[in-house]
Amino acid sequence: MFLRLLADVRWRAANPKWRRMTCSQRSTSSTAEPYPVSLPAQAQVVICGGGIMGTSVAYHLSKMGWKDIVLLEQGRLAAGTTRFCAGIVSTARHVSIELKMADYSNKLYQQLEQETGVKTGYMKTGSISLAQTQDRLISLKRIASSLNVMGIPCEIITPKQVAQLHPLINIHDLVGAMYVPEDALVSSANVSLALATAASRNGVQIHERTSVSHVSVQKGRVTAVETDRGQIQCQYFVNCAGQWAYELGHSGEEPVNIPLHACEHFYLLTHPLKEPLASNLPTIVDPDGRIYIRNWQGGILSGGFEKNPKPLFTEGRNQLEIHNLQEDWDHFEPLLSALLRRMPDLEALQIMQLVNCPESFTPDMRCIMGESPTVRGYFVLAGMNSAGISYGGGAGKYLAEWMVNGYPSENVWPLDLKRFGALQSSRTFLRHRVMEVMPLMCDLKVPRWDFQTGRQLRTSPLYDRLDAQGARWMEKHGFERVKYFVPPGKDLLDLDQSKTFYKPDWFDIVGSEVKCCKEAVCVIDMSSFTKFEISSTGDEALESLQYLFSNDLDVPVGHVVHTGMLNEKGGYENDCSIARLSKRSFFMISPTDQQVHCWAWLKNRLPDDSNLTMEDVTWKYTALNLIGPRAVDVLSELSYAPITPEHFPSLFCKEMSVGYANGIRVMSITHTGEPGFMLYIPIEYALHVYNEVMNMGQKYGIRNAGYYALRSLRIEKFFAFWGQDLDAFTTPMECGREFQVKLEKGMQFVGQEALLEQKQNGVYKRFTMFILEDHDTDMDLWPWWGEPIFRNGRYVGKTTSSAYSYTLERHVCLGFVQHFDEKTGEELVVTTDFINQGEYEIDIAGQRFQAKAKLYPFSSLFTHRRRKDEEELSGYQRE
Amino acid sequence: MCVCPGPRRIAIPVRSSRLPLLSDAMPAPAHLFPLIRNCEISRICSTVCYCHHKHLCCLSSHFAHSHFSYAPQKKFAALYRPKENFNHFIHMRDYASTPQRFYLTPPQVNSILKANEYSFKVPEFDGKNVSSVLGFDSNQLPANAPIEDRRSAATCLQTRGMLLGVFDGHAGCACAQAVSERLFYYIAVSLLPHETLLEIENAVESGRALLPILQWHKHPNDYFSKEASKLYFNSLRTYWQELIDLNSGETTDVKEALINAFKRLDNDISLEAQVGDPNSFLNYLVLRVAFSGATACVAHVDGVDLHIANTGDSRAMLGVQEEDGSWSAVNLSYDHNAQNEHEVERVKMEHPKSEEKSLVKQDRLLGLLMPFRAFGDVKFKWSIELQKRVVESGPDQLNDNEYTKFIPPNYHTPPYLTAEPEVIHHKLRPQDKFLVLATDGLWETMHRQDVARIVGEYLTGVHHQQPIAVGGYKVTLGQMHGLLTERRARISSVFEDQNAATHLIRHAVGNNEFGTVDHERLSKMLSLPEELARMYRDDITIIVVQFNSHVIGACQNEEL
Repeated sequence: MFLRLLADVRWRAANPKWRRMTCSQRSTSSTAEPYPVSLPAQAQVVICGGGIMGTSVAYHLSKMGWKDIVLLEQGRLAAGTTRFCAGIVSTARHVSIELKMADYSNKLYQQLEQETGVKTGYMKTGSISLAQTQDRLISLKRIASSLNVMGIPCEIITPKQVAQLHPLINIHDLVGAMYVPEDALVSSANVSLALATAASRNGVQIHERTSVSHVSVQKGRVTAVETDRGQIQCQYFVNCAGQWAYELGHSGEEPVNIPLHACEHFYLLTHPLKEPLASNLPTIVDPDGRIYIRNWQGGILSGGFEKNPKPLFTEGRNQLEIHNLQEDWDHFEPLLSALLRRMPDLEALQIMQLVNCPESFTPDMRCIMGESPTVRGYFVLAGMNSAGISYGGGAGKYLAEWMVNGYPSENVWPLDLKRFGALQSSRTFLRHRVMEVMPLMCDLKVPRWDFQTGRQLRTSPLYDRLDAQGARWMEKHGFERVKYFVPPGKDLLDLDQSKTFYKPDWFDIVGSEVKCCKEAVCVIDMSSFTKFEISSTGDEALESLQYLFSNDLDVPVGHVVHTGMLNEKGGYENDCSIARLSKRSFFMISPTDQQVHCWAWLKNRLPDDSNLTMEDVTWKYTALNLIGPRAVDVLSELSYAPITPEHFPSLFCKEMSVGYANGIRVMSITHTGEPGFMLYIPIEYALHVYNEVMNMGQKYGIRNAGYYALRSLRIEKFFAFWGQDLDAFTTPMECGREFQVKLEKGMQFVGQEALLEQKQNGVYKRFTMFILEDHDTDMDLWPWWGEPIFRNGRYVGKTTSSAYSYTLERHVCLGFVQHFDEKTGEELVVTTDFINQGEYEIDIAGQRFQAKAKLYPFSSLFTHRRRKDEEELSGYQRE
Repeated sequence: MCVCPGPRRIAIPVRSSRLPLLSDAMPAPAHLFPLIRNCEISRICSTVCYCHHKHLCCLSSHFAHSHFSYAPQKKFAALYRPKENFNHFIHMRDYASTPQRFYLTPPQVNSILKANEYSFKVPEFDGKNVSSVLGFDSNQLPANAPIEDRRSAATCLQTRGMLLGVFDGHAGCACAQAVSERLFYYIAVSLLPHETLLEIENAVESGRALLPILQWHKHPNDYFSKEASKLYFNSLRTYWQELIDLNSGETTDVKEALINAFKRLDNDISLEAQVGDPNSFLNYLVLRVAFSGATACVAHVDGVDLHIANTGDSRAMLGVQEEDGSWSAVNLSYDHNAQNEHEVERVKMEHPKSEEKSLVKQDRLLGLLMPFRAFGDVKFKWSIELQKRVVESGPDQLNDNEYTKFIPPNYHTPPYLTAEPEVIHHKLRPQDKFLVLATDGLWETMHRQDVARIVGEYLTGVHHQQPIAVGGYKVTLGQMHGLLTERRARISSVFEDQNAATHLIRHAVGNNEFGTVDHERLSKMLSLPEELARMYRDDITIIVVQFNSHVIGACQNEEL
């Protein structure tokens, strides 16, 4: 009666062989006696959740040598979303880390049956993503480019070729498609059982029908897990509870925020066709029709991501309800229409069932993994945005590496739990946001896209003022930031129509803001930056920071230091500016989304010393960036203080008065390489100072500017940005920032050894600036990030960010160049000569553009320079 | 002076550029219907495009357009004899090189339909609504520019009960406007007991604050004329003074009060025009009121007693839910027009036998007027001498207007027209769920049975359809798709409306052959430029009153 999918699960679970393997100590079948085996009193790791994520983590942990693992499942293994999952393994992903996870999963599942003896239903069918519009085709071409350079076969094909690959498709409205021949289908429940089988062979204990009530925490560390069958003491807890992860995270005394929310997800199962469909027929993804279609037991399985999703379990519910969810045909109607439009011959096909299977979604459509910032030893892997089976293998592997080695083998910052904080954990926020996220699965992913829901949460005190002056907003970590200001009388396109891969409609607006930054003075509200104050009664602050940061912080009071916060491998955990306010107190500025990560990093590493205090003062200051050659004039008129370079050299910090307001922290940095100042203003003075600056600035041609202008300025100056260009796998040596590292500062610091080694042996990748040569700004596709870089026709790396430089009148891409041995593919040391002696091309959606590589910025750009460029150049920057 | 919301608010892109061409340049009109294919035009012509100007149809072409004050001649030329023009449109279509496509989107359609919608819920007292009326929804869709229909709703404050009415004006909106402002006061005063009348008179006499008589429930677009309020008040005061003097002492019968109020107001309208006013604006106003006309259909609801007073061809209809849940319609008014044998009989009785043939011609009174009873229309009430005297002594505008100077043919024994209403009393029963008052614009396009069903289903929320479940049935994808599409079509029109009257108008204008709302058709009908809208439809004004079955049931039991 129920799907065969489920029948398989039950059979497998009841299979004697399986029972022997997983529950060797059980006396009889689990259905007769629910709790035949008592729980162990302690274990190294307790994993909660027996779906694809939990079993994958158990599988990988046990493979890496950790044996003392207990996996708890409240119902039966693979019984939640995993059971209902459509079972499509697709590598066509936009984010490179997701692509890598999917690729690994595919390879893992392929050999899983052989490894475990459990049938996984793995079938290499390939997948075809259809494009009904040119824009969609561009989007597919971009994915194809990144798949190809990763060695995953993939091609862009014509509608005719689509018809040859799949007999039922109506191709009349198609402009093209992307074919990924190695994509596969699996029975997701069986994959999960296979992983569990292998894990239990490796010693993992699996207990079904055991639910976790909460996790006990002492001194910020996991100590035990409380279940309905007793307590298990443990060092590590892994929350793989899927859509219940949020509630589980909040069940303990020390809440762990896991922002995800479930939505109903529907797919259709049919009886077999008269001529049953071949089981190797490719899976069809029609994002413009918002549907996917796979073959299923001679018939089809088709679901989709509707425009009007139905979030559920907002109040939190128990698991039972997942089984009783109603089919909603009226809701499914648009998807059914899309299906029949795509495959008109299916009209006569008989319906078997409409399955309603909740999926969990996250606020940014990326999954959640990593360690809790507040509770050590509490790991999370959840929020798969309906791609659980594609990510399952890879995500489990990265998390296992993270737990065992302290860090995964790839940069997983885009998926890190610490990109979120408590502020994304409101139920209302999540409910509203996932209603936007789910349709986005099928929407065109274009550059500079902003979420529209859950906005105006954190705002600067100047928000209304700026908004009234035409500000257009984007959001970062809940904070509203200005993109640009639309001049009065000028109108931009509607949000939907403004989606483009080409020149955007704000081009001239940002151009004039950049011009003003170059020639006069602009104000940018940059209040969103994360700001910490660290102080101590003695020298503890200095000593600790000297250990945690690579640059020398023992500078005279009033100096600002740009420095990386490195990990043991020398990679950037954070990139910040630190001002020494006094002998014993420091003011630290980091990127907006570092608020949770950086706090956790420092908290875990600063000595537990009552003399040392760290405070998050982000909310206390409004930050105004005065950029431009006339900034000095505005500021000196407002403060009656000499601001000439002699009195106020670059990288300096002074408390002074601006207008009536006293105690404004003024720093001679702008994060762009342009001359100017950052003003850190206690929020109650914000409006006053802003008004004074604007009034006084009038005669110097002052105007408001936004982050797009800032971004263009910083990229043309070759400034890297943490989170975009820099990550935990990038060292200062690799991005030309040796001068921010004081290897000889007289004391050890984190990452020192790794950097010393790199200094001796050279680096294996190098941050490089590319100027596009034959690129027509008006006609050609714009670069974004993630474009493959080719050197003498060979792939050498990817771009990490790009912007149009209004000064060079060219596009500038920043990215990393690697050196692969031509024969072995082995990574070789990248030398300056290697960079300089190559012909470069950047691949934008399959079209290659010549590019000039540079390791240093254009000095001729600094026409308005008034300080030593070296110092300001070393400036870290933000966007 | 008329406020005209609705279609005018929507800028119709083709209109402004081609308006001057309308009278002489023929290719232009083809642009008007880029979306209506030839066959569709003929369909629409055959179904909807009969002349709605029937109230005054057979006047010479210059009078065909009922607005007599300032209508430019050019406009008339294009409007007159629409069928001929349409033949032109059809031919001209071939010449239109690049037909401009324009379509109203569903939101635009909604904004037009909802521009005049109004809802009133009777406030609950102590958590309970003790009134037999739950509330009402009303709405108007103009076809004339400005609209000639009016509506009113008010709660009587000194007596019990609620008054609701629709008024369909002709030959301009002045009379309908005046009636909509004044009639309820006349009714309320007629209903007042002697003591209250005295109290009010004393208050006016001594300059004290007046007891409020009516609480109006008005849409912001329903306006009252400020200039005439003094004049109107004086007439009303004279009326109640006379009532005080008469002092019958008997308790007022609602039916009698309604008839008296109607007749008295019509009389006052007539007198005011004869006397004139020193203020030239007012003088012109009272003349326009008297020379234009209006029908009225008024409901007075007090507990289980429902009185309908009707003058003219607007209609009141009761929606009754049968035991099996189906809906049926009960007429609570008779149309006063040529289709009503009793009316024809009555008119013939009132005039000499010699006039029998000329009294009703082409289904019209004296071959001219569609409704057989109406307010105003002094051309059908005054003697020829009086008409001439008033017009000649009237302001120039009036004198210049050919319509006012025109005397109906075979005009021998005035008056031919009366404003006396026919009053029907109905005791409300629990199965009486709602009352629809509407001008003939609605009844021309919809049968009352359909009206009862559509409103009934709307109010009881039948549209919240049962979910579909496949269960064990054999259903194909195609069948399911068909079923879902149909459900969607049915649902979509309901969910868009929060107002039963709007919902009804949507059906009246947009219904296709199958009785479901066809958005394309709706969009076309509403996209008509105002010069043409009148040929396809009349002004529609609807009030849907919802009854409180619980209260009615309780009242019934008490009485038993």
